[in-house]
Formats: sequence, C-alpha cells, structure tokens
Amino acid sequence: MSTTTAKKPRLTTSAMIASIASEGQRVKAAPFGKALVELAMQRRDIVGLTADLAKYTDLHLFAQACPERFFQMGMAEQLLMASAGGMAKEGFVPFATTYAVFGTRRAFDFVHQVIAEENLNVKMCCALPGLTTGYGPSHQATEDIALMRGIPGMTIIDPCDALDIEQAVPQIAAHNGPVYMRLLRGNVPLVLDEYDYSFELGKAKLLRDGRDVLVISSGILTMRALEVAKALEADKVDVGVLHVPTIKPLDTATILREAGRSGRLVVVAENHTSVGGLGEAVATALLTAGVTPQFRQIALPDAFLDAGALPTLHDRYGISTEAMSATIKRWIG
Amino acid sequence: MQTSLTEDYARVAESAYRIRRFALRMGEVQGQGYVGQALGYADVLATAYCHAMNFRADDPEWEGRDRFLLSHGHYAIAFYAALIEARIIPEDELETYGSDDSRLPMSGMATYTPGMEMSGGSLGQGLPIAVGMALGLRLKGNPAFVYNSMSDGELDEGSTWEAAMGAAHHGLSNLICLVDINNQQADGPSTKVMGFEPLADKWASFGWHVQRVDGNDLAAVIAAFDTARRLTEARPRVILFDTLMGKGVPFLETREKNHFIRVDPPEWQQAIDILDQAQGAAR
Repeated sequence: MSTTTAKKPRLTTSAMIASIASEGQRVKAAPFGKALVELAMQRRDIVGLTADLAKYTDLHLFAQACPERFFQMGMAEQLLMASAGGMAKEGFVPFATTYAVFGTRRAFDFVHQVIAEENLNVKMCCALPGLTTGYGPSHQATEDIALMRGIPGMTIIDPCDALDIEQAVPQIAAHNGPVYMRLLRGNVPLVLDEYDYSFELGKAKLLRDGRDVLVISSGILTMRALEVAKALEADKVDVGVLHVPTIKPLDTATILREAGRSGRLVVVAENHTSVGGLGEAVATALLTAGVTPQFRQIALPDAFLDAGALPTLHDRYGISTEAMSATIKRWIG
Repeated sequence: MQTSLTEDYARVAESAYRIRRFALRMGEVQGQGYVGQALGYADVLATAYCHAMNFRADDPEWEGRDRFLLSHGHYAIAFYAALIEARIIPEDELETYGSDDSRLPMSGMATYTPGMEMSGGSLGQGLPIAVGMALGLRLKGNPAFVYNSMSDGELDEGSTWEAAMGAAHHGLSNLICLVDINNQQADGPSTKVMGFEPLADKWASFGWHVQRVDGNDLAAVIAAFDTARRLTEARPRVILFDTLMGKGVPFLETREKNHFIRVDPPEWQQAIDILDQAQGAAR
C-alpha cells in the first residue's frame, strides 16, 4: 500500500488563499492591517467593518487594536456595504472588507446606490483580486475593476505590493469619496522599495525606462513586469515599466507622455479580464488623444477560469513572469 | 393623561389631513403619483413629524435630530407632504413636484431635498443603512433615534433580513423600523406576490420588539410610537402598520386596488373637496 502511494506522481496544488509571493521573495506581513491600525491611532473617525472575513483581510489586527470601532456584520455583504454607508453618513470613515467577488458582484447595487450615488466616504478594501486564488470562479474576481469603473465618482486602486498598500491606506482615507482598493493580504511581496517610488493617489509612476517596450501595468502584474524587464535584459530587450496603481481616475497625462514616445511597443498588463479594465481604459485614452503606438494587452481571458494551483493557472493564462516574457519576445520578433 | 393625548391627537389629526391635502395637490401638478400610498400612510407620517421626532425645521442637518430614512423612495410624494407640514420645505415648492430642476423629484433622493436622509428607490436598502447610522450614533454617544420607513414589498428583499439580523445582533435600541402594510405591490396583492405572514412572528423571532397596529387608527399609531421610543430593552423595535390605500377619499379607497392608483383630472379637486368637508365636520 505504502509503496503504491510512493510511486504516485505528486500532483500540483496550492492553498485557497495561497500567498502570491514566490519562493524566497521578500515579504511584509499584513501591510493593510498594520497601516490601518497606525492610521486609526491618529484618526478617531476610522471604523472597520467586515462580512465574516476579518482574519482573511487582515482587518483582525484593527479589531484587536480598536475593538470599539470594529463591527462584525456577518456574512451579509449587502448589509456590510449599506451599513458602511450609514456610518459614513454619521461622519465616520469606514473601511469595509470582504473578498473582491462579494464586495463587487454581490453587493453591487448597494455600492452603487447607497455609497457612490451620495459620494459617501466608504473605503472598500477587497481581497483576492483577479486571479489570486485557484479556488475557481466563485472566488476569482476577474471583472471587479470593470464593474467598479462603471460607477461614477468611484476611485479604484490596484496596488502592486506591501509598500503600495501601506502608503495607500492613509491617502485613501484622506480622499473625500468612495474608494475601491484591491487588497493583498497575509505575506505580501515587497518590491517597490527597490525603486525610487512612492504611492501617490491618482498618479502613474515610471519605475524603469526602456527603449523597446513600455509595459503599462497595475497590481501584481507590475511586480511581474519588473521581473520580465530583468529577464529580457539578457536578450538585449529594453523594457520600461509604468506602474498605474490608480485605475480611476486615470493619470492620462503621464500615460500619454510615456506611450507617445515613438518606437516602443506598448503593452498593458493587468490581473483582470481583458474586458473593461486598465487595457481598455488606456486604449481609449490613447485613441482619443490620437496617440497610436503598436498596442498589445496582457490580461485574463474573457472566460470563467479554471480551478487549480495558482502557479499553473498564471502560466496557463499568460500572467506568470515566464509566460509574459515569452509573449513579449514573440511580439517584438 | 387622556387630556394631553386628546390635545395631541387633535393636532396630529390636523397634520395628517394637511399631509393628505398636500400630497393630492402634488399629484394634481403631475397628473399622477403614488397618492394611494400617501393617503394611506399620512397618519404614520403625521405622528412621526408632528408628535414623535426631534428635529429643527430651519436646520435639517442638526446633529441632534432623529433620522428618518425613506427606504421606499416612491413614497416621496407622501414624504414631501410631511416635510411641508413640518415646515422643512416651503409649501409653495409643491408646485414644482416632479418637474425639471425641482428639489422634489418623483423618487426620493438625499442630494436633492432638505430633510431627505437617503436615496431610496432601489428597495430594501433603508434598513441596512439604518443599522450603520444607529451604530454610528451609538459610537458617538448621540441619543437620537433612527427611523427606517419601508413598504411591505421590501419584505421580499434579502437585504431587509440581513439588516434585521444585524440590528438584533448589535442590540440597536436606537433603531425603529416602520413598515407600511397596504398589501399592494407592482404585480398585485403582496400576499399573492410573496406571502410574508406571520409577519409579527417573523420579526419577533429575529429578536425585535414588535407591535402591529391599524395604521389609520391615529390614537393607536401615536401609542405605538410612544411605546417604541420609551422601551428600555436593548433591542431594535418594529411597528407594523396595516393601512388602507386611498384612506380619507372614499372613491379612491374603493377603487380597484392598484399599486399605482389612477386618478382622472377632475377627480383631484373632488378628492380635495372630500378631505376638506370631512375635516370641517371633524372640527
């Protein structure tokens, strides 16, 4: 019996909420939770609400530090978003957390009508964005940005790493109006401290320049784009990376300036379906301004994605470092 | 006690009469409107604004005010009538009801109208908002009440019951939910569209203090508000009001019951005349 088991090939698997950090990568634990606690020490108007996912959105740190300002709303996302709106009406700045699929798909009308229509000061911080779990379409928020982009006045943040998140927290709190932030939780990669970078709400930042290719990216695909740029150095392909952590409002001026430099292939890379996300937003901005570089999209397909191990799926759908490198090399011939 | 109740009763009854009259005048401006609901719910609104609630007419955003959420945004015509009676908006503004650039749109919206606490219309949103406001008031140490006013059709919405559980879980004694049970929805009688009885038992089993009264028996309505406000129990309160659409105008009370009662042009003035005659006789 035991010999039979030993002969079986080991199948590839990964945890439901596996860290997106690769082996040996530098990480920071719970950057969102820690940043929120630090902010709450300075601002008495910060409150936290969740729909039975405090531990899985790092909000448990806030709950421990500020129990009187933490509100458990149960596994009820409509109540979560509407009651966060109610607290905002009473002058508080609520941070509401759940998974991105539930915060957007399930509670959409409450985000739209209760929060956005009255421009209420609710900060929705939602974990498992795009393809960051292999659990299947129930938990893969592949169209969350498309949904939220359609809402007038919604600010959308897609942070790359722990540094982005911890710097974004006080800035989204200071911003007057609703904010949707894609949340990375647990052990979150730390990448951007190696670059001359700081998060500024509404600003795109050029992380590295490159003569041949400009990758315009957000979220974890900025991390991947930086890895691609390093990998392609060996092939004498010079890749620039423009990080766009604020999807809406879009920093059109910076995007036009960088994409308008002639001779570069422009690739928009996002951890989101090709429909309605950063790629289409950038394409519209470019065409409207009459800027027409050679343009390609790296994004998730317009499909219900497979379940499986996350590294397998990132390869399968073309958003792993290796897959992105191969794709870009093919495009520039 | 009887004397003071009687005095307040007469005053609130006058207000209910004027709220019905204001609503009919607005309906006439548009040639349509949810006047059936306004006539049916006027006694509840009069009690809220002319007996129960703390507010300052000249400062609708006064921090100490009791909050009134109109979850059923299509009751705007009834609610504007109450706001006019409460002197929060001026009477002559009713001429603009439903018109371009008016502060009184067909469906209630917070950003348009002084005294309107939420944008209703997408039903089932008031109660979960009220949960957040009640939590916020408690955290601030503000003793104001949050009233969430809703229609029986909103009992179909899952979010209503998410909020009912949440309010009880958090022991929100500063939350009073008012449900207008007129048994009319867009597709017919509520009991046929989606049966909700036994309703008092449902709310009670969710952990709420429950009262069910005839929403057109003004003395009973006033007493129910008083009971809800004076309770000391640490749980939310709900008052279920059985009301009659078209109340006060017999030819509308008996008209074939529709969610949206049809009123022909000459009937607006006839309805107002009937109200005036009844009120004159009452005096």
